[in-house]
Amino acid sequence: MSSTQSVKPTRSGQSTHTIRELTAAFSIWLAAGLVMAILAWILIDISIRGLSQINLSFLIDDVTDAGRSGGIGPIILSTILILFVTLSVSVPLSIATAIALTEQLNSESLLARYVRRCLDILAGVPSIVFGLFGNAFFTITLGLGYSILSGGLTLSCMVLPILIRTAEQAINSVPLEHRHAAAALGMSRSTTLFRVILPAAAPALAAGIVLSIGRALAETAALIFTSGYVARTPESLFDSGRSLSVHIYDLAMNVPNGGARAYAAACVLVAMLLVINETTALLLKFAGLGSTPHAGGCR
Amino acid sequence: MISAINLSVTYHGKIVLRDATVKAEPGKVLALVGPSGCGKTSFLAALNRMTDLIPGANIRGQITFDGRPIDSVFSNRAELRRHVGMIFQKPNPFALSIRRNIELGLREHGQRNRDELRQITEKVLRDVGLWDEVQNRLDQSALELSGGQQQRLCIARAIALKPQVLLMDEPCSALDPLAAEHVEKLIQSMRGQYTIIIVTHNLAQARRLADNIAVFWTRDSVGEIVEHGPTETLFGASSNEIVKSYLSGRRG
Amino acid sequence: MSRNDLILKIISRVSALLSAAVVLLILRFLIHEATPALREIGLYRFLTDPSWHPLSGNFNLKPMIVATLVTSLGAVLIAGPLGIASGLFVHFYAPPALATWHRRIVEILAGIPSVVFGLWGLVVLAPIIANLGGSGQNLLTATVVLGLMVLPTVAVLSDNAVAAVPREAIQGAAALGMSRWATVWNIVLPESRSGIVAGIILALTRAFGETMAVLMLAGNVVEMPTSLLSPGRTLNANIALELGYASTSHRSVLFVSGLILMLVVSVMVTVISRRRRTTQ
Repeated sequence: MSSTQSVKPTRSGQSTHTIRELTAAFSIWLAAGLVMAILAWILIDISIRGLSQINLSFLIDDVTDAGRSGGIGPIILSTILILFVTLSVSVPLSIATAIALTEQLNSESLLARYVRRCLDILAGVPSIVFGLFGNAFFTITLGLGYSILSGGLTLSCMVLPILIRTAEQAINSVPLEHRHAAAALGMSRSTTLFRVILPAAAPALAAGIVLSIGRALAETAALIFTSGYVARTPESLFDSGRSLSVHIYDLAMNVPNGGARAYAAACVLVAMLLVINETTALLLKFAGLGSTPHAGGCR
Repeated sequence: MISAINLSVTYHGKIVLRDATVKAEPGKVLALVGPSGCGKTSFLAALNRMTDLIPGANIRGQITFDGRPIDSVFSNRAELRRHVGMIFQKPNPFALSIRRNIELGLREHGQRNRDELRQITEKVLRDVGLWDEVQNRLDQSALELSGGQQQRLCIARAIALKPQVLLMDEPCSALDPLAAEHVEKLIQSMRGQYTIIIVTHNLAQARRLADNIAVFWTRDSVGEIVEHGPTETLFGASSNEIVKSYLSGRRG
Repeated sequence: MSRNDLILKIISRVSALLSAAVVLLILRFLIHEATPALREIGLYRFLTDPSWHPLSGNFNLKPMIVATLVTSLGAVLIAGPLGIASGLFVHFYAPPALATWHRRIVEILAGIPSVVFGLWGLVVLAPIIANLGGSGQNLLTATVVLGLMVLPTVAVLSDNAVAAVPREAIQGAAALGMSRWATVWNIVLPESRSGIVAGIILALTRAFGETMAVLMLAGNVVEMPTSLLSPGRTLNANIALELGYASTSHRSVLFVSGLILMLVVSVMVTVISRRRRTTQ
C-alpha cells in the first residue's frame, strides 16, 4: 500500500494516498457518529414521549382500561416477583457450578468440557425457544400453569450461562497468592473458598448478578407463554403475572391507542436498565476488573 | 528437625532438582543460596508439599520430620502445613481485615474462643513488631498496609499457628531497603524459637542470618546441592571451587 | 479430605451437571412435542404444502424460513460494517475521552430491551419507511432495527479483537512510516480477522434468535416476500403469535420450528467455540 520501493513517493501516488486516508477516516467517523446518534435518538424519543406521563401514581396504581389509563403497580410487583424466583434458583446453582468449573475440575477433564459445551449452547438458545420449553415443561408437565413461578424458572434457565461465566471470571480473578497463602496456613479447600476466595470475589460476583437482572428484565418472548398476560396484582407465586416488558409489547401491539402508555412503561424499564448498567460498571471498577468489554459482550 | 533425603522435583516430567539431601537443625537458620533457576524455590515448596498446588509438579525422595516420614507424622496436608509454615516472596495477605487475616488460620485449626483469639492476635503482632502500628485499625483491610507491614503480618499469621518450622522464600526481596531491614531483624529475633529455612539471593544477608548454608547450582540444566555446612566454614574455606567462587562473589 | 470439602465437592459437581442438563432438558421437550408433527406430517410437507393454514391442515413453513433468513442476514449486513468501524474507531480514530464514551454508548445500546427497540421502530421508524410505500411494517423496517440490535455484538467483539493485536506490530508499522489507514488495513484487520468473524457469526445467531422486535415490525403476513418492502413473518414471530391458541398438530409444528431454530443456533455456537479454541 505505502510505497516502500521509492524513497520519494510520486506526487500522484501521494495524493491518492491522502484521498484514501481521508475517505477512511471520514467513513469511520461517520459510522461511529451514526451509532451514537441512533442511541441518542432512541433515548431522547423515549424520554420525550414517556417522562411526561410518569408520576408516583403511575408507578403504584392498578392497570385500568387495558393499560390505557391507570398505572403499572401490579406490573412492577409481578416483575419483581419473577426476578426474585429467577435469582433464588439461578444464583446458588450458578455459583456452585462456577466453583466446580474453577476450583474442583481440571479444565481439560471430560466433565468440565462437557459442561462448558452445554453452557455455550444454552447461551445461544433463542428466547422464544425458552418460551416453548418453559410452556411445555413448567406450565404443563410440572403443572405450574401460567404463573410467576413458571416465568421465573424459565428465566433462571436463560440467565444461567451469563451468571456462570461471570462467576467463573470473578473467582479466577482472585490472585493465586491468596490460594497459596491459605494452603500454607493449612486451610481446607472449603474454608479457603468460603472465607478467602468468595469474599475477595464478591464485588465481581455481584456485578454478574446485576448484569443478569438486566438480561431478565429485558426479556419478553420467554415470558408470554410462561408467566402470562394477567395484569392484576398477583396474590401468590402461582398466579399469572405480567412483566413490564410484556406490558410494553401488549400495549404497543394489542391495545389500540396504547402507544403513549407503552412509552411511559418503556421509559421506566430503560431507566431501570440504565441504573443496572451503571451499577455493574461501578461494581466491576470496585472489583478492580474495570469496565471490561467482556461484560458488555455477555448480553 | 526437618530433612530432605534424595529429594527430586519434576515439572511435567522435566527434572528441575535432583537428589537434594539437607538437614535443618532445630532452632537454627538454614539459608539456601545459589543462582536463579537452580531449584531452591522448588525445594522449599516440596517441604510443605505446596508442590501439590502446582499443576504438573511431582516429587520423589523422602522428607522426614523428627526422623520420621512426614506422611506418618501428619495425617493430611493441612496438618503438615500448620506445623511447617511458609512465607512467600511477595507479601500475600488476604483481602480481609488485619484481624481476620490472623484469626482465619486459627479458627480453621479449631481455636474458637474469642478471648484467646484476641490474645494470640495481640501477641503475634507484638512478636513481629506490628502491634503499635496497627492496634487502632485492626478492622481495616490488610491491603492498606505498606509492603513491609504486609510481610510482617504474613509472618504473624504464620507464627500464630505455632509452627515448628518456617519456610521463607526470599521474604525481603520484594520490599524496599528499609522494610527489608526491618523484616531481616525480625527473622534474627526468631532464631531459637523456630527452625527457619530461608531462600535468599543476598549473600550478605545469608551470612548475617544463617547458621548453616546449602549452596544450589545447576549442572546440565538440573539443579542440585553442591555443598552444605556451617556458614562460617563455607564462607571461610570451602573445598569446592564453585562454592568458593560463588560465595566470594566471583561467580553466579 | 475433610467432611466439608467432601460436601462442597458433591454439591458443586451435582450443580455443574444440573446446569449442563438444562440444555438436554430443553432439547428433550422440544423433540417430545415435535415428534407427532414430524411423524404424521413429515419434514417434506413443511416445504411443499400449498400454504400456512394450520387449522385446515396446511403447514408450509417456507415463507417464514425465507423471512427469517432475509431479516437476520440483512441485519448482519447492516451491523457488520458499522460494528467493525466502531471497533476501529475506539482504537485508532477517537480521542481517548470520546473512545470511553463510545464504548459506554455501545454497552447501553446492548442493554436496550428488544420490546423497546420494537416500540421505537413501530412509532418512529415505520412511518419514515412508509414513505417508500406500504404501511412501514415490513421486512426492511424489521431488518434495520434488528441490525441496530445486534450491532453492539459486532462492535464489542471487534473492539476486543483489535485490542488483542500485538502492540509491536502496530509500532512496527508506525516505524515504517505507514499511515493510519494503511496500518489498519494491512496490519490490524488481518491480525484481528478471526475475532471479528466470530463477532459476526455471534451477531447472526442473535439476529436469528430474536423475536420481539421483528414480531412488532415485520407486519406478520405469511406470504412469500417479493421485495424488502413486503410484510413478512419469521419463524420466531410465528411461534409467539400462535402458541397461545395452537393445539394438537398445529402446536406440534410450532415446536418443530422451535427445534429447527435451536439446532441451527447450536451449530453456529459450536462453530464459534471451535474457532475460538483453534485461534487461542
